[in-house]
Amino acid sequence: MQLRRDVFQAIADPTRRAILVLVASQSMTAGAIAANFDTARPTVSRHLQILTECELLQQEQNGREIYYRLNPRKIKELADFIEPFRQLWDDRFNTLEAVMKQYKPKE
Amino acid sequence: MQQKTQVHAEAGKQDLVVIREFDLPLELLFKAYIEPDIVEQWMGTKVLKLENRKHGSYQFETTDPRGNTHRFNGVIHEFGENRKITRTFEMENTPFPVQLEFLEFEPLSNHTSKLKMHIVYKSVEDRDQMLRMPFSQGINMAHNRLQEIVNNLK
Repeated sequence: MQLRRDVFQAIADPTRRAILVLVASQSMTAGAIAANFDTARPTVSRHLQILTECELLQQEQNGREIYYRLNPRKIKELADFIEPFRQLWDDRFNTLEAVMKQYKPKE
Repeated sequence: MQQKTQVHAEAGKQDLVVIREFDLPLELLFKAYIEPDIVEQWMGTKVLKLENRKHGSYQFETTDPRGNTHRFNGVIHEFGENRKITRTFEMENTPFPVQLEFLEFEPLSNHTSKLKMHIVYKSVEDRDQMLRMPFSQGINMAHNRLQEIVNNLK
């Protein structure tokens, strides 16, 4: 079954956000990541799978081990997604400022 | 350089904060929110109703390039002159749930002021959908009208 893998759904989960924070500083194996959580190992594996499917994490083969690391491109995409919204308000507020600089009190 | 308008939206939360510093005295910033003809200029909407008082309400209308009209409305819960406006915001005839807005105005100096707009949505999904919506037509249209007004001012 093909599930929808939306980045925003992926980061809506607190454990998955914690995983992202964890691997932000260094690449880690699934075992090392799981050691940081009380949740069962298969649950952590499932979270890793979801994060990998939506490309927030990348897998790296190092000898026999698979390491997980952040995908900077995808993280940047996430950071940029609010930019059009910001731009919209910035434009509105720039107009507000321009209009009020011309403001003459009514007689 | 720090951006004049900042948006803070933490992942997995159902609210966001927009902060903007204005090169305007507090009174002029506040006036831009309460005088209908000024609201029309910068929001690019027609103001059908704007009652600046506790339990008052407002209704705005925009017209898209195809001539369809879109209305927005809300109720004012708190109104503090030059200080704050707490209100709801709802887009009529859309599936989007109503949102709650806390607007706080504060002076920075005699000539500058700051607005903090805290918006609370019904769910995380609703917030993220609204954040991604600025591409949509209705708002692009409003945006174009704003551009015209600014160009006319130059």
